[in-house]
Amino acid sequence: MSLTINLNGEETRVEQGSLQDLLQQRGIDPSARRIAIARNGALVKRDSWPKETLSEGDRIEIVRPLAGG
Amino acid sequence: MSDDTPLTIADRQFSSRVFLGTSAYPNLQVMLDCVEESGTELVTLSIRRLDLEGYAESPVDLLEDYDFLPNTAGCETARDAILTAQLARESLETNWVKLEIIGDRETLYPDVEQLLSATDELVKDGFTVLPYCNDDPVICKRLADLGAAAVMPMGSLIGSGMGVANPANIELICRQAEVPVVIDAGLGTASDVVQSFELGCDAVLLNTAVARARNPVAMARAVRHAAEAGRAAHLAGRIPKRPHAEASSPQMGLVGS
Repeated sequence: MSLTINLNGEETRVEQGSLQDLLQQRGIDPSARRIAIARNGALVKRDSWPKETLSEGDRIEIVRPLAGG
Repeated sequence: MSDDTPLTIADRQFSSRVFLGTSAYPNLQVMLDCVEESGTELVTLSIRRLDLEGYAESPVDLLEDYDFLPNTAGCETARDAILTAQLARESLETNWVKLEIIGDRETLYPDVEQLLSATDELVKDGFTVLPYCNDDPVICKRLADLGAAAVMPMGSLIGSGMGVANPANIELICRQAEVPVVIDAGLGTASDVVQSFELGCDAVLLNTAVARARNPVAMARAVRHAAEAGRAAHLAGRIPKRPHAEASSPQMGLVGS
């Protein structure tokens, strides 16, 4: 079963599952350092990624540090 | 400089008074060389969406020897800046944040109202907050009263290279501040750095001045020397300016008198 979420600003169809599953679906190693996730405007800490299940319409931000001034 | 004390911000001491941004260099190697040549111990970073279509190299893994100061650049509301700071803390394992909230996209001028409320909230959430702010002594005082670990008044508009637009304000801020003053934005070359320290700033933060110089690595070196010279001059204490001449050679025993 799939649902539609907003992933990094794009409407995206994804498989139901946890945030951890989402990373794996997108080919991102969930153990990679420096990645952080917000769900609906709130930080989700790394240890909650396997527990947080996606809901229809979720706004998910997956971020990492880049160069900056 | 052996006779200087280290700069202390919150729980950290710095022997270098130069903070350096990591953006807009010709390439990654030049950035790394500039960071090293500047003598800095603290580099700024941004937090951005991961590119889901392909992995791009991040500079962060190559900067592990330095302390990180993540910024909230580009945020226009306290809410976005707070979330960005929280994401940065999770990602970089630092509670330090350069709080930047933009009120106008053209001038990148800080939105003071949002800045004050975000500073308040982030300090309560355990962050070490360094807000980028106007060169306004009252705002700097308010930010310090809210618990900002340092204040970062603008020299002039971000990326403008216009130097210290209002030296009188910066001097006033430095004289009154109860927290370290890190001048941020607008510095264009070494003389701006010297002037900032002579006015009493505790540190400088540069990015564009170095990254976009014709020779960035040479400019990074110039900035390091300028910081040392300006700080030394500040500690030495300049002579007062006066509107008349005062001979420096002895007036007695002039030949032919």
